[in-house]
Amino acid sequence: MSSVEIERQWTTRLRKRVEGKLPPEKVLPDTQPSYVASWIYVFGVATLTSFILVLVTGCVLAIRGPQWWHESSYGHFVNSLHLWSVEIFFFSMVIHLWGKYFMAAWRGGRQLTWMTGGITFLVSIAAGFTGYVSQSNFDSQWISTQAKDGINATGAGAYFNVLNLGQMLMWHIVLLPLVAVLLTTIHVVMVRIKGVVPPFADDKKAA
Amino acid sequence: MSKNFRSDVDVIEWTGRQRPYDILKEGAIALLVITILTLTLAIIYGSPDDPSITIKKWSNAAPTDFALTAVSELNGTSTTGSYGPPYNHAATGQTIGPVNLVKTVGVRIPIDTANDFVVSPLKALPYQADLHQSLVNWNNASDATRAIWVTNYSDASSKMTFTNGQIVVPTTTAGPVPIMINNLTAMARSGALDESLISNNSFYTTDFTKTLLFISDGSYLADAADKQHLSGSQWGMMNETGSYPGQAWLWLYSFWYQIPPFNASENADALVWALMMFLTVLMVFVPFIPGIRSIPRKTRVYRLIWRDHYKS
Repeated sequence: MSSVEIERQWTTRLRKRVEGKLPPEKVLPDTQPSYVASWIYVFGVATLTSFILVLVTGCVLAIRGPQWWHESSYGHFVNSLHLWSVEIFFFSMVIHLWGKYFMAAWRGGRQLTWMTGGITFLVSIAAGFTGYVSQSNFDSQWISTQAKDGINATGAGAYFNVLNLGQMLMWHIVLLPLVAVLLTTIHVVMVRIKGVVPPFADDKKAA
Repeated sequence: MSKNFRSDVDVIEWTGRQRPYDILKEGAIALLVITILTLTLAIIYGSPDDPSITIKKWSNAAPTDFALTAVSELNGTSTTGSYGPPYNHAATGQTIGPVNLVKTVGVRIPIDTANDFVVSPLKALPYQADLHQSLVNWNNASDATRAIWVTNYSDASSKMTFTNGQIVVPTTTAGPVPIMINNLTAMARSGALDESLISNNSFYTTDFTKTLLFISDGSYLADAADKQHLSGSQWGMMNETGSYPGQAWLWLYSFWYQIPPFNASENADALVWALMMFLTVLMVFVPFIPGIRSIPRKTRVYRLIWRDHYKS
């Protein structure tokens, strides 16, 4: 096989593209621009780490099945960890989102980074909601019977039936986490490729 | 800076000072801190787990509320019976201006409240002569006759009592309805109606649509929710039982239901969803919307965020 043929391979092209866009020093940087020193950056990291905790505690709940946390004090405690990691996740993500808005973090060709973050937020809301209606307790009864009217009003209720526990649980533990993990990965990779948005260049003109 | 430089879109990439940054160490510390915080909150506050309301529990605690709901299922005047798509054709559904997405999608989860909630479960009961005859009479009657029976029963139901384990309504012109309602109430109080609606002719099931619709047609579930500050006027489903934060991130969605014109509109759900979809698109496409994307630069909140940078 000639070197030209090798250069034309899909695999070679992809590897070179990845190497060009995301060299090792961008994946695991050991320096950052000096302006990356603010309390607001904490919330991006907090969102990511609490998301890891959400996934881990969710996996533990999944291993033992949906009834376990109602019957076991250990299971109930794992559910409490799941709940509070979710609360911290959303708290961090909302502050992260507003912080990025006021930093106009889409500047410098970072629009897709903003958009993937925004869509991840929406997917997370859907994941949280399906979790609430999958609890199989009074809360899930009330939330699902109330929420059905809103979703039915859009026509989507015919296919996304919030009163169907099995359907909601599948969305909660399979489909939405898959999408959330995929989008989060894309979002983080984009941040690593493009770097953290710099401050407004000319403060006097900017104002 | 070139003439074409747009402050809300472009940046001058940073060529200034760098500082040491250990991304793995930062990640590990963050994970540790968040884990400790989560553990602390879980240990101190736990999580709510109020038991579900079953039809058995409801019909034992409030037998007349159950019986009245059953009557409304029989004549299709319950919330579910008069809902429209995706459950039935009793209404056209909510609209967004001239657009009726509900009607377009149609009935996809068909529910006939009289048959699904009352008649079919009664047919599953062991043979009893009077009930059997009542069901035969109901089955053979015309829609008009059935309507007269249920109306006569409903008219007298203001005097409904629950005495000696029986639903008593002073009427002699309601045909088979009194026996049907009495047997359904007894079935509900034994727990057999829960089983009948949930199992839906199948041993395995994870679909609680019918049971939840029936329970939510009564006032027992709503009263319990109201006591737990969960009603729509109390910011509804973003809350959860006890003093837990619930889905606080749904505050904007719940907010619209609290104010005009949404809180008085028959199309509130459709309108709120349309508004939220519009705002969502706006949020995702902020980088491309002149005006909205300029707010960060004009409000200068970034000066607070990058305080140290601008100080130096």
